[in-house]
Amino acid sequence: MNPRLLRGLLPPLSLAALLIAIFWLQPRTMSYFGLNLLLNLAVPIALAAIAQMFILCVNELDLSIGGFVSLVACITATWLHDTPLLGIAALAGLIAAYAALGALIHLRNLPSIVVTLGMSFVWLGLAVLVLPTPGGKAPEYIRALMTLKPPFIPFPIIAAVVIAIVVHIVLMRSAYGAVLRGAGGNPRSLERAGWSILKIKMTMFALAGFFGVLSGMALVGLTTSADANIALRYTLLSIAGVILGGGEFVGGRVSPIGAVIGAVTLALAGSFLSFLRLNPDWQIGAQGAILIIVLALRVLISRSEVRS
Amino acid sequence: MTALLRKPWLWAWLGALAVWLATATFTHGRGSAEVLSAALTFGAFFVIVALGQMFVITLGPGNVDLSIPACMTLAGTVAMKTMDGAASMIPLGLVLALAIGAGVGVINYALIRLLRIPPIIATLSSSFIFQSAAIWWNRGLRVKPPEALADFTTAKLAGVPVIAIAVVLMAVAGHVLLTRTIYGRGVVAIGQNMRAAHLAGVRVERIRAATYIMCATLAGLCGYLLSAFSGGAALNMGEEYLLSSIAVVVIGGTSVAGGFANVPGLWGAALFMFLLVTMLNTFGAGAGVRLVLTGLIIIGVIVAASGGKRGT
Repeated sequence: MNPRLLRGLLPPLSLAALLIAIFWLQPRTMSYFGLNLLLNLAVPIALAAIAQMFILCVNELDLSIGGFVSLVACITATWLHDTPLLGIAALAGLIAAYAALGALIHLRNLPSIVVTLGMSFVWLGLAVLVLPTPGGKAPEYIRALMTLKPPFIPFPIIAAVVIAIVVHIVLMRSAYGAVLRGAGGNPRSLERAGWSILKIKMTMFALAGFFGVLSGMALVGLTTSADANIALRYTLLSIAGVILGGGEFVGGRVSPIGAVIGAVTLALAGSFLSFLRLNPDWQIGAQGAILIIVLALRVLISRSEVRS
Repeated sequence: MTALLRKPWLWAWLGALAVWLATATFTHGRGSAEVLSAALTFGAFFVIVALGQMFVITLGPGNVDLSIPACMTLAGTVAMKTMDGAASMIPLGLVLALAIGAGVGVINYALIRLLRIPPIIATLSSSFIFQSAAIWWNRGLRVKPPEALADFTTAKLAGVPVIAIAVVLMAVAGHVLLTRTIYGRGVVAIGQNMRAAHLAGVRVERIRAATYIMCATLAGLCGYLLSAFSGGAALNMGEEYLLSSIAVVVIGGTSVAGGFANVPGLWGAALFMFLLVTMLNTFGAGAGVRLVLTGLIIIGVIVAASGGKRGT
């Protein structure tokens, strides 16, 4: 088999393997209701993974996305619910802040790891200020959207497919998308061709902020209330999701469809373990193990790629 | 004088001094000595992990150890549970904590080397497993440390915390290791240009392996001491050390792009970080404001220190 094709198939195959294992362990999940329950929380994780993917695409790394999603969740559950205009303004401001962050990192040539680690404090602090104790209430329309029960196909599956396809078309199939990805692949030649790297970085960070906002809103729609620490683990999950989905750390080699698949795989890993009746203590560890196994498979495949 | 001004660690120390003076002014000097003593103790814990992180970061872009918190927690819980409060077990606990640290380092490096993945992802995914192992081993219990060990971590010699003195000696050793040994020079050379270092005969892979193992071993040591200090290992005890270990290194004047490191800055930055939080506390800032300001000040320092316009 063509190693290149195999490499592209690795993420969906791992997801399929995991799903089959879950179905085999717990046949009752193989229903509309079961899938809905199983995949519900994968939607906000997939959105966060897409946000992280935009950052990784321009060779940066965002260690603050978890804190950011938490902050968005807190704002959604309070301001957006009580005073929608203020809430919308705040969320738009957050996206602008992300674009500004991209500009700062680019202009001052700062390491994104450190800047975003600092920002994770800022987001978390703001979240604590907005919502000091867990609570708040999700706006009705978000709640209604997230608990939608379309016929035949459960909502999380539709949502995941729509997210993957929309981002795929924008980033992978459009002309400007190619330019955006080029900023990760070869920024110098893009600059020579007359594109502004600054604008591209700001666009990518703004897109990340936008999907971070969507992730927070989706999360609140599911949980109905928020707290300041609600999504802190999304930072690691989002990075792991992108990598699982075949994304690379440098060179603008990312895949939106892969990122969504990777995020869903990670979200399912937890359920898989509980169906195995394995100790819940190992839940986080299993996500790490899955990540390592997939990366090891990838190394094996690229080795055969070199050989052929 | 100009030579002093050009020292990369100067700003961290000036920052620490400024923050301490601001706190002292606010309280009219009351409790300043106590604050300083606490800063030395907590700063010591920061410096232990930052020392390892500094060597890792100096290896070059992409090199950073994200498994430090998990490693600390694992070493702390296993050591505390094994010692079970018995003074005779203290040396065994220490050896165990160091061995766990070294083991974590070996696993981290093996992943980096065998899977050829960036160290960030390798240490990130392994940290999931270590964290789980710690949860599984601990079972939510908080085992008290042996009294003698707890006393050691809070002991003072002429008003100065013993642990701070020990870590200062450790930092001196780290400084010598960095500036006077083949290993240390090799780390810096790899950070500046891995290929050139390889061609110059630096044993790149051996040095990288040693660096990751050392970093994790120090994290294990820190987990051991910190759980003794805080009356037992807690599952989230390493949490704040993820950001702190990196921030202390960078604020201390070590280049985050690698190839340029210094040890004195670690202590300055560690004191700065602790005193900053103390200052915000004394000013009566709530948790939210404190977090926001900590984040903004860290970013501000980095913008000021590692600035330099992007070359074209």
